[in-house]
Amino acid sequence: MYDVAIIGAGVIGGMIARELSFYNLKICILEKENDVAMGATKANSAIVHAGFDAKEGTLKARLNVKGSKMMPEIAKALGVKYINNGSLVVGFNEEDEKTLQGLLERGNSNGVEGLKVLKREEILEIEPNIGKNVTCALFAPTGAIICPYDLAVSAIGNAMDNGTELKCNFGVESIERKNEYYVIKSEKEEICARYVVNAAGLYSDGIAKLAGDDSFNVHPRRGEYVLLDKECGDIISHTIFVTPSKMGKGILVSPTVDGNLLLGPTAVDGEDKSDKSTTSEFFASIFGIAERSVFGIPKNKTITSFCGLRSVGSTGDFIINTPKEGFVNVAGIESPGLSASPAIAEYVRDILKESGLRLEKNENAVMTRKSMHVFREASVEEKNRMIKESPSYGRIVCRCEGVTEGEILDAIRRNPKATDLDGVKRRTRSQMGRCQGGFCSPYIIELLSRELNLPYEQITKFGGESYVATGKTKEIKK
Amino acid sequence: MTELVIIGGGPAGMSAAISAYENGITDILILERDDSLGGILRQCIHNGFGLHKFKEELTGPEYAYRYEKKVKELGISVKLNTMVLEITKDKRVIATNSDDGIFEIEAKSIILAMGCRERAKGALNIAGTRPAGVYSAGTAQKLVNVKGYMPGKEIVILGSGDIGLIMARRMTLEGAKVKAVCELMPYSSGLARNIEQCLNDFNIPLRLSHTVVELHGKERLTGVTIARVDEKRQPIKETYEFIPCDTLLLSCGLIPENELTKGIGAEISQITNGSVVDQNRETDIEGVFSCGNVLHVHDLVDYVSEEAEIAGKGAADYIKGIDKKTVRIPISTDGKIRYTVPQIITEQKDVTLYFRTSGLYRNVKINVYADGKLALSKKKQRIAPSEMESLKLNKNIFEGVSELRLELEELQ
Repeated sequence: MYDVAIIGAGVIGGMIARELSFYNLKICILEKENDVAMGATKANSAIVHAGFDAKEGTLKARLNVKGSKMMPEIAKALGVKYINNGSLVVGFNEEDEKTLQGLLERGNSNGVEGLKVLKREEILEIEPNIGKNVTCALFAPTGAIICPYDLAVSAIGNAMDNGTELKCNFGVESIERKNEYYVIKSEKEEICARYVVNAAGLYSDGIAKLAGDDSFNVHPRRGEYVLLDKECGDIISHTIFVTPSKMGKGILVSPTVDGNLLLGPTAVDGEDKSDKSTTSEFFASIFGIAERSVFGIPKNKTITSFCGLRSVGSTGDFIINTPKEGFVNVAGIESPGLSASPAIAEYVRDILKESGLRLEKNENAVMTRKSMHVFREASVEEKNRMIKESPSYGRIVCRCEGVTEGEILDAIRRNPKATDLDGVKRRTRSQMGRCQGGFCSPYIIELLSRELNLPYEQITKFGGESYVATGKTKEIKK
Repeated sequence: MTELVIIGGGPAGMSAAISAYENGITDILILERDDSLGGILRQCIHNGFGLHKFKEELTGPEYAYRYEKKVKELGISVKLNTMVLEITKDKRVIATNSDDGIFEIEAKSIILAMGCRERAKGALNIAGTRPAGVYSAGTAQKLVNVKGYMPGKEIVILGSGDIGLIMARRMTLEGAKVKAVCELMPYSSGLARNIEQCLNDFNIPLRLSHTVVELHGKERLTGVTIARVDEKRQPIKETYEFIPCDTLLLSCGLIPENELTKGIGAEISQITNGSVVDQNRETDIEGVFSCGNVLHVHDLVDYVSEEAEIAGKGAADYIKGIDKKTVRIPISTDGKIRYTVPQIITEQKDVTLYFRTSGLYRNVKINVYADGKLALSKKKQRIAPSEMESLKLNKNIFEGVSELRLELEELQ
């Protein structure tokens, strides 16, 4: 019997798990995929928003501003890369400037600090490559960038170090209320928990329905991105938004914490919750759109492109409530969900407490986690000490991103353990460089196979049927 | 201080080392990132290597072994499993391996021989899903030939580069079905002999002016949509065709791996993606040489070895203090000729100029102009981007000249 079962191992489920793991509770996270951070968490804009977008008085506004204030400290505790690079919302005419003025006022009343509307000359001083027709911009000094899957992996790792269990490939099929607890079943397994937190992202409406709550729906809003080579990472230093429209914050241009340049996302409402395909229309238009905000983005430096699905709830605000005793929805967490995640975790903790969950501090719990970038960021002396202790740190496996065998082994061995190629990728940055795993993936498969004690051909790219090899050579039968 | 440090122990690095040794330099160190010498040849188990160099048909590993044996006989030092992290302008090489940790070597001269990598799928902007089953041809080659695993059973190949063609045959021999090789251009970028021996001999269709426009399948690839392209290389909607397959191999070009070169600050050609070099393959950083596929992508390893010999001798002369630089003659091209190597002449001696064209041409003249005056002209029946051409320039051409230009003249 668990005290709390959290459904969904994205950044929201992960941050809630981490928060609850500081108390004497038996917790498990149920994830339908083969790894954590597989939904919206792995494919979004990677921004910590200052908090001027959301309408005053909404949960979005409140939790965004609070969460973004909490983020630096949490990122530090978890060793997650966070850069307070500031953001600019650019405008192209007087009407935009009016909208920006409105955003500034909204930001002020939301409690965002330091907002300022800049004229073109002032923008040029801090961002010389700004688009040629940009006339004004809302500057938010508290805007920041972070790696969202790094945050989710690290938060879940932290929770697991405190005793939280993670069950991957656990697709919830039924939720049944018994006297004082819930029985949650997957195809193969069942668990019991006194409290359930529904952080299932796009699928949270379905999960709520399984528990008897059909008060909301969630639909996917597709967002396509391209990621450019690190050579382009320093074209700009701030995150550049355009003046927002009804469909969202528009196409942004942003450096990432790893030094790449990110362009996107589109915003197209869809129905298929599994359709993460990119479109040729996107490739045809993205550079032209981005060029309006930032001047001189090279068109031939694409490293990869992807599509993320935002979880758009039917209420317009985050849906965080208790429709049934002991059952908490944390749904419709679209932007600014990542920014709000630390505040959401505390908010959910308090809801659980109000619902009767006994919170008693776990004196042995840790709040920190050794960073996944320890080796990468160490001094030469420190690195040499580590190589001496563990020679695998001396061997570079991924040449493009300079990732060592030691770091890959860490990713496979530490909580939450990577069990597929993409899991290793998200934890180490291997396969994320220019060659996209062309050179290193055959060897990483070998490391996974050895560490997990699985045959080479059973290693997958991201679980399920995503096998990397279909069998041995000389084996194909007619 | 080490006299000569060579970055990379593939065919270029080994040949350069042997050449430098034969030209009187014995204090040589080869740094190789893999666990043995040979570079990409180790996974090229097909034959056809060494026809020019040894007048024999060798497999890749056999070709590499000839050089490896020689390197060992000469007692040239090699550090394996060693990755170079950085090279500074004053020729300090910073590298790492499990035994030495991160270490630094001061070099009198450096030869860059890091090879190239394949253009990755991300750079191709193919729409659709992101399933398993999409590999660059070289990755698939490694899986099959070195690791002994099949990347899939029903294959489509995008790009008709040589590795793609070789893999079409290889996968067929291993029992897989290669359904099509699509090539964006109206001509193949692979060698004519590979089209014949790897596709035609196995009845594998080569679809020229075709590309892959969409990937299908959520976990593993289930198929690709291909399309014919118009003259502007844009897919034509009416020609969309779905081909069921579980694997897509990409053979869409090779890119010299010049991250280290950029770090030193050496000038990089926007066309070759390699350094700008003189006739000795010396970069604009004194004492730093470049050869093989890191300099420009070659079609035959024999040419790689040959070029590396030039760089090896150049480095040896540099270390010995022999300086014959008397001129500085840049070589420009007309665009039909995409590039030349070398791009600059600094010494008055006979030079073989290597070049590639940007398109397929028949019945042409290659004209060399010295300060605007025609100095040399050579007729060619057929000239293709996939096959590197060469031209011997007599040292007299350089006499009193300040610039050279190569032009391609189409004859009626």
